[in-house]
Amino acid sequence: MSDNTTLPNGWQLVVGLEVHVELATKTKMFSASTNRFGDEPNTNIDPVTLGLPGALPVLNKHAVELAMRIGLALNCKVQPCTFHRKNYFYPDLPKAYQITQYDHPLNVDGFLMLPGDVRIGVERAHLEEDTGKSTHFGGSSGRIHGSDYSLLDYNRAGVPLVEIVSRPDIRTSEQARQYVAELRAILLAVGASDAKMEEGSMRCDVNVSVHKAGTPFGTRCEIKNVNSIRSVGRAIDYEARRQVDLIESGGTVRQETRHWDDATGRTETLRTKEDADDYRYFLEPDLVPLVPEQSWIDQVRAALPVLPAARRNALAELCGVDKDGESAFVVVERGQDEYVREVVSCGGDPRRSVIYVQQAFAEQGPTPKVPARDLAALTILERDAKVTSTQAKTLLTDLIEAGGGDVVAMAAKRGFEALDTGALEAMVDAAIAAEPGAWQKYCAGEEKALGALVGAIMKSSKGKADGKAVTAILQSKRTK
Amino acid sequence: MSDSISKETVVKVSRLARLSLTPEQAEKMTSQLAGMLDHFRDIDALDLSDVEPMTQPYPLKNVMREDVEVKSLDRQEVLDQAPAAESGRFRVPPTIGFDV
Amino acid sequence: MQKLVEIVAGVTSGSTTATAVVDEHLARIKAREGEIHAFNLVTADQARKDAAKIDEDVKAGKAVGALAGVPIALKDNMCTRGVETTCSSKILQGWKPPYDATVVTKLRNAGAVIVGKTNLDEFAMGSSTENSAFGPTKNPLDISRVPGGSSGGSAAAVSAGFAAASLGSDTGGSIRQPAALCGVVGVKPTYGTVSRYGLVAFASSLDQIGPFTSDVRDAATLLEVISGHDPMDSTSIPQPAASLVSVLDHGVKGMRIGRVTDLPEGCEPDVLARLEAAFDAMRNAGATIVDVKLPSLQYCLTAYYLIAPAEASSNLARYDGVRYGNRVDAADLNAMYAATRESGFGEEVKRRIMLGTYALSAGYFDAYYGKALKVRRLISDDFARAYKDVDAILTPTSPSTAFKFGSKTDNPLAMYLCDVFTIPTNLAGHPAMSVPFGVGTDSMPVGIQVLATTMGEQTMFKVAAELERAS
Repeated sequence: MSDNTTLPNGWQLVVGLEVHVELATKTKMFSASTNRFGDEPNTNIDPVTLGLPGALPVLNKHAVELAMRIGLALNCKVQPCTFHRKNYFYPDLPKAYQITQYDHPLNVDGFLMLPGDVRIGVERAHLEEDTGKSTHFGGSSGRIHGSDYSLLDYNRAGVPLVEIVSRPDIRTSEQARQYVAELRAILLAVGASDAKMEEGSMRCDVNVSVHKAGTPFGTRCEIKNVNSIRSVGRAIDYEARRQVDLIESGGTVRQETRHWDDATGRTETLRTKEDADDYRYFLEPDLVPLVPEQSWIDQVRAALPVLPAARRNALAELCGVDKDGESAFVVVERGQDEYVREVVSCGGDPRRSVIYVQQAFAEQGPTPKVPARDLAALTILERDAKVTSTQAKTLLTDLIEAGGGDVVAMAAKRGFEALDTGALEAMVDAAIAAEPGAWQKYCAGEEKALGALVGAIMKSSKGKADGKAVTAILQSKRTK
Repeated sequence: MSDSISKETVVKVSRLARLSLTPEQAEKMTSQLAGMLDHFRDIDALDLSDVEPMTQPYPLKNVMREDVEVKSLDRQEVLDQAPAAESGRFRVPPTIGFDV
Repeated sequence: MQKLVEIVAGVTSGSTTATAVVDEHLARIKAREGEIHAFNLVTADQARKDAAKIDEDVKAGKAVGALAGVPIALKDNMCTRGVETTCSSKILQGWKPPYDATVVTKLRNAGAVIVGKTNLDEFAMGSSTENSAFGPTKNPLDISRVPGGSSGGSAAAVSAGFAAASLGSDTGGSIRQPAALCGVVGVKPTYGTVSRYGLVAFASSLDQIGPFTSDVRDAATLLEVISGHDPMDSTSIPQPAASLVSVLDHGVKGMRIGRVTDLPEGCEPDVLARLEAAFDAMRNAGATIVDVKLPSLQYCLTAYYLIAPAEASSNLARYDGVRYGNRVDAADLNAMYAATRESGFGEEVKRRIMLGTYALSAGYFDAYYGKALKVRRLISDDFARAYKDVDAILTPTSPSTAFKFGSKTDNPLAMYLCDVFTIPTNLAGHPAMSVPFGVGTDSMPVGIQVLATTMGEQTMFKVAAELERAS
C-alpha cells in the first residue's frame, strides 16, 4: 500500500468523500422508535418507520442538535433549512422516498484541517434518514446477483443520519485516510456518533477522478462498500490506477457507481442505473422549515469540547513536538493529553513526558493509574542524566506495573546510576583502542560501524552507559 | 393527437413509477395525458418570474419532538399483515434485473 | 332522523339509549344499503358493543364524551386499528391497520359509535365515487345519480340516515362537492386544524379531514371535537380548537359578503339562481354584498392538477406489495412491483400517478410543478387582497346538481371541472363549507359554498348558520 498515490505520466488524483454518519440519538429521525444497533429484527418499528398509509414524520430535536455540533465542529455555517423527498423504489426504503435535505441543507461551507496544514473543504453536512437492511439469500456470494430472495429488517429505517460531503480537495489516498480518521475523531469528541465503520454507523463513499495539471477534472466514479479506513486508501489507489490505465489505452471513464471488493482489492461496476437517477426531488410537504435560533446555535457552539486538532496543537506547543507527528496524534487520540499537561505542571520534562506516555501508556486509557508527579519525577531523572534512557525505560515499566511509586528509590533498588561524562569519555577511548578496525570504518563514513562500537561500550559498562551520550561522544570525536 | 407528450416519454415515466403499461394502455395514456397537458398550457400565459412558489399553506417552522422512546407496533401484528414474511422479516423476490 | 346534538342530549340524559340509537341507524342501513352502497364495511357488532358500553357508563354515572352514542361513519381512507381500511382500492383490500388515526382516537374518546367505513373514489381521486374499485355509491335522493366524490359514501351515509354524521377528506373539494350533491352540510377546515395522522395521504399539502352532518350546528359540534393540535402531525397548527357552536346565532349583521365577479364559466343557470338567492338572504339578514375579483381563479384547476398528482405520485409509491397490502408475485422485485401496482390500482389512480411523476421529473419540473406552486402563491395573494374588503365569500359549491352515472367518465377533464369552485380553497389552505340551499330544476339539492380566510371558521359558521336559517 502506498502512502501517496503517485500516478505515472503526470496524472493527478482528485478525491471527494461522502461520509454518512448515524447519530447517537435514543430515537429515530422522524419517529419515536428506538435507535439501537443489534436488536431483534423489526422490533424497533412504528407506522412511520414502515411507511404505513397515513403515517407522518416529526423531526427529532436532539438529532438536529447533534447535526449542528458536527457542522460547527467542521467550521460550517448553520443556516435555515428545509427537507426534500428523494423518490426511488427499493425494498429497504419503506416509503419509496427518503426524506433528506436538498437545496437548503443545515450546515454549509466548512472545512477540516489535515496534517501539514492541508485544508479540505466541507461543502455541506445535512440531515437525512437511514434505510432498512436487506439480506440476500440463496445464490452463492450472499450478494444481490444470483440470490433467490431477500429479507428485510426495518430497525435501521429512519435512524438519523448526517451526510458530510467534502469538496474534491483531496489529492492523495493518504489524505483521504487522514480525512476519515480526523472526521471520526471529531464525531467522537462532540458525541455525535459512535462512528464505528465496522457496524455501519459511519460509511464512506469515495469519488475518484484523474486529470492532468491544467486540464479540467476528469469524469468521476463513485465507489461504495468501503468499510474501513484502510480500504479507503486501497480503493482509491486501485481506482486511480484503473482510470489511468483505461484512459491511456484509449478508453473513456464512464460516470458510474462501482463496488469495492476488499477481498480481491478491485472495484467493479454495479449495474448501471437506467432511469433510476431521476429522484424527482421536491419539498417535503409533511415537514416545515427548520430555522435554528441564533441563541441555540451559540449555545451549541459554546458547549463544543476542544476538538482533536486544537488539542494536538496545544500539546505540541507545550511539549515541543510536531503537531502533525505521531506522539501528538496518539496521545490525543487516547485522551491522555490532559494527563501529560498534569505531568508537566508537576515539573515533568515536557518532551519526555509526552514521549513516555506515547510509548508506554497504550493500555492506560484517559486516566492513567500512575500519579502525574511520579511520572514527572522519572522524566527529571532522565533529563538530569541520573539514569540512562535504557534505565528510564525499565523504570517506566516498573512504575506502570506498580501503579506509581518513588522513582528515586526504585532506581536505587535496581542499582541504576548513570555514568558521568568523564567516565564515558574514558570508556569511549578504551573502545576505540580495542576496536581499531571498527573505528577506522566509522571514520571513513560507514555508519554501521558505530553500532559495533556502541555495543561494545554498553556491554563493558553493564548497561550503565547511556547509549545516546556514548553515540554523541563518538560522533564528536569523528568530526574532530 | 397533440405532441405535448410522446409515447416514449410515457413509457419512460411508467417505468419510473413502476407501472407496467401494455402497448394499448400506453397509447391511451399518451393521448389522455397529452390532452390534459394541452389544457394545462394555460399557465404559460402568466408571467411568474417574480412570484415565490408556495409550498406551505400555513407558515409553521421548527416543529420538533423530544428524543424520547415510545414503543409502538407489535412485530407480530405487523408481520401478520405482510404479503410474505420469514424469521421476523419481510420477504421479497430477488433484485435481478434491478438497478442497485 | 336525529341530529347529532339531539342524540348526545338524549343519551346523556337517559331519555334514550345509545343502543336504541345505533339499532335505529343499523335498521336503516339494512333497509337501503343494498341499494345505495355507501359502505365498504358495516361494523354492526362492534358498534352495538360500543353503544352498550356507553349506556353502561351513563347508567353508572360515569362521564361520557361530547359525542356520546352518536353513530358515525368514517371514510375508508382513515386508519382504524384492526378494522379493514381499503381506500376503495384492490391494493389495500383486506388490510387492517395496526394503529388508529388521531381523529378516530378523538371520536372514540368522545363516545362516538363507529358504524362503518364508507366508500370513496379510489385513494380519494375523483368527483363521483365511480372510481371506487368496489362499485359506486348511489345518491340516496336519486339512485340514478352520483353522490359526488371522492367522499361519496360518507355524504350518502348522512343523507340516507345511516349515520348521524360522518367524516370525509377534502383535497380539491371531496367533502364539499358530495355534500352539495347529497343535500347535507360538509366542511373543509383550515389546513392544519384537523390532524392528518392516520389519514391515508393523497396530496399532503392539500388534504384535510372534515365532517358531514345534516345541519350546521352538528357540523360545528363535530368539528370542535376533531380539531386541535396534534404532535404526531408536523403540519398541525399549534392552537386549540376554535369555539364554533357558541357563535352560530350571531348572525351576519354588518358583515361584508363577497361575490366573485370573475367566477369561471360552466355553472348551470339553476345553480347560479340559488347563489343569487343566497346573496339575497345575506342582504336580508343585514350583510353587505361586495364584489371581489380573484383573477387567478381560472388557473387553479391547472395548478391543482399538477400539484396534487405530483404529491400523490410520491405518496402512492409505498404501495409496492412489500410490507402490506396485496402483492402479485413475480420472479424478481421489479416485476413484482409492476405487476402488483398494475393489478392493484385503477385507471384514474394510474393516470394521476403518471401525470404527477411526469410533472416532477427532470427537465419538466420547472415547467409544470414549479410553475403550479407559483400559481398557488397567486391565488393565495388574490384571496388575501379580497379578504381586506370582505369577511366571507359565497360561491356555488358545484357547477351542477348531481349528474347521472357515466355522464362524465369518458373524459377525465370533464370530471375535473366538477371541482372548479372548491379547488382554490385547498390551494390557499383556507376553510370552506357547503350548505344545502334549495334545489335545482331537477329537484336535486344545490349547495352554496361559504369561504373564509385562514382560521376564519367562526366567521364561516356564522354565515353558514344564517344561510341555513334562510334555506
